[in-house]
Amino acid sequence: MSNRELFIAFWTIVVREIRRFTRIWGQTLLPPVITMTLYFIIFGNLIGSRIGEMGGFGYMEYIVPGLIMMSVITNSYSNVVSSFYSTKFQRHIEELLVSPTPNWVILLGYVIGGSVRGLLVGLIVTVLSLFFTDLSVHNIWVIGSVVFLTAILFSLGGFINAIYADSFDHVSIVPTFVLTPLTYLGGVFYSISLLPEFWQGVSQLNPILYMVNTFRYGILGVSDIHIGFAYSMIIGAIVILFSYSMYLLNTGKGIRH
Amino acid sequence: MTTALAINDLRKVYNNGFEALKGISFEVQEGDFFALLGPNGAGKSTTLGIVSSLVNKTSGSVEVFGHDLDRSPAMVKRELGVVPQEFNFNQFEKVQDIVTTQAGYYGIPAAEAKERAEFYLQKLGLWDKRDQTSRMLSGGMKRRLMIARALVHEPRLLILDEPTAGVDIELRRSMWEFLQELNEEGTTIILTTHYLEEAESLCRNIAIIDHGTIVKNTSIRSLLQQLNTETFILDIAPPQEQLPALDGYRAELQGDHTLLVDVEKSQGLNSVFSQLSGAGIEVTSMRNKSNRLEELFVSLVDKNLQEKK
Repeated sequence: MSNRELFIAFWTIVVREIRRFTRIWGQTLLPPVITMTLYFIIFGNLIGSRIGEMGGFGYMEYIVPGLIMMSVITNSYSNVVSSFYSTKFQRHIEELLVSPTPNWVILLGYVIGGSVRGLLVGLIVTVLSLFFTDLSVHNIWVIGSVVFLTAILFSLGGFINAIYADSFDHVSIVPTFVLTPLTYLGGVFYSISLLPEFWQGVSQLNPILYMVNTFRYGILGVSDIHIGFAYSMIIGAIVILFSYSMYLLNTGKGIRH
Repeated sequence: MTTALAINDLRKVYNNGFEALKGISFEVQEGDFFALLGPNGAGKSTTLGIVSSLVNKTSGSVEVFGHDLDRSPAMVKRELGVVPQEFNFNQFEKVQDIVTTQAGYYGIPAAEAKERAEFYLQKLGLWDKRDQTSRMLSGGMKRRLMIARALVHEPRLLILDEPTAGVDIELRRSMWEFLQELNEEGTTIILTTHYLEEAESLCRNIAIIDHGTIVKNTSIRSLLQQLNTETFILDIAPPQEQLPALDGYRAELQGDHTLLVDVEKSQGLNSVFSQLSGAGIEVTSMRNKSNRLEELFVSLVDKNLQEKK
């Protein structure tokens, strides 16, 4: 395929993904708005006012970057895992497999589609947070790059989950039992400096901690971890997951007999 | 003449150890209307699945219009349109979106994709349904939608896996007409079907596959010539309670006024008429039984089974 044709194929997948999650906006865009509003009201306003400062900032100000990242992570992941799995389940993955669209374009299309939903929900939550607190911008480039890379990374994670999934139960196992605990323990609601030394060390094994802290650094200028190290970890993870997804697609795991 | 599809020593062993294809080889020439027949589980869908890149082959080669599936998969896919046995489109997408999205996967720009979608949806009688979600369509409409989708990139080889399964007679006939028209315009067509009447009416050449091997690969005409016996259906009057005596022929009475008579190639029909006339029975009309191919198919598959035993 020529470069133009490759781009048309890629864009077709992205548009179809966007059309899918906007068509079912009640399941994709509305729930994070309600959940995050509750977080802002309960944790930020009601409980947060009694907690006082965290990392030198008001509690509400401290948790907003973490909540935005939480939305980006869960929405990027769940978009790709549910979309690609239902593509497999309804067998319309065959539409792509019989076409000349190369595997890397298929992967890129789904990943960007998932990232668009993650970023859109992130933007909605950001706008929502402005009703509860003022947001400062410490470094716009860090904010933009880390949120984009995180969306890519978790879209790739969702893709691999979808390839291995054999039922709708498998689609929800990782988000429920892995992603949610890691996000809650990834420094969204607290600074890891509050933890005993042992648990600080354990927390540093949690990849989400690096993303949340880098994003928080972009907004507030404070972080529990080294930003350069966080970037290398995120980019390294993207390279590994992308290569693994390509391996799965090329061997036809879960999609070809 | 160009070869549209060349399959050579194709083998497929599934992960559970089941050997679905045991080294089959056959060719389909450009412009042909070709039938791939076989009982359930014979290997038809596996063969078509490998050609259309939905199933990984174990060994062997597949070439479509000279492009090797291993070396130039994208070129092979460009030449192919695939209509699968089961519905495999997004049930929640609109009819028109399904067709234009498929065009996009082939790199066709949006404006052109829209024009082509309109053309094929009009042609298949689905244009009025273009804004409906596909799950709202009837079974026959869904099959036609899959044909429109398979044609949107204008392939030279169209593969249909049981295209008329579960379709009513009227619609089946109109689909036959559409496919014949498409074939006359130059598209090579390969179909699998359980309706042997369909293969007999539409196809020029045929391969019969059974237990993963090709048991016959020839033209329909020469295949039918192999039939030694033809069955004729005679409507008779007055009604008969017992089978009339027909010396030298195998006959069967269906109801009280229909007689089925097997006539071998060496025999004529004159003796049938004279014997019936002598018994005071008039033949009011006569036709031959249309499932000739079915008889041959059953005999070939049975023979293959006996040899395996």
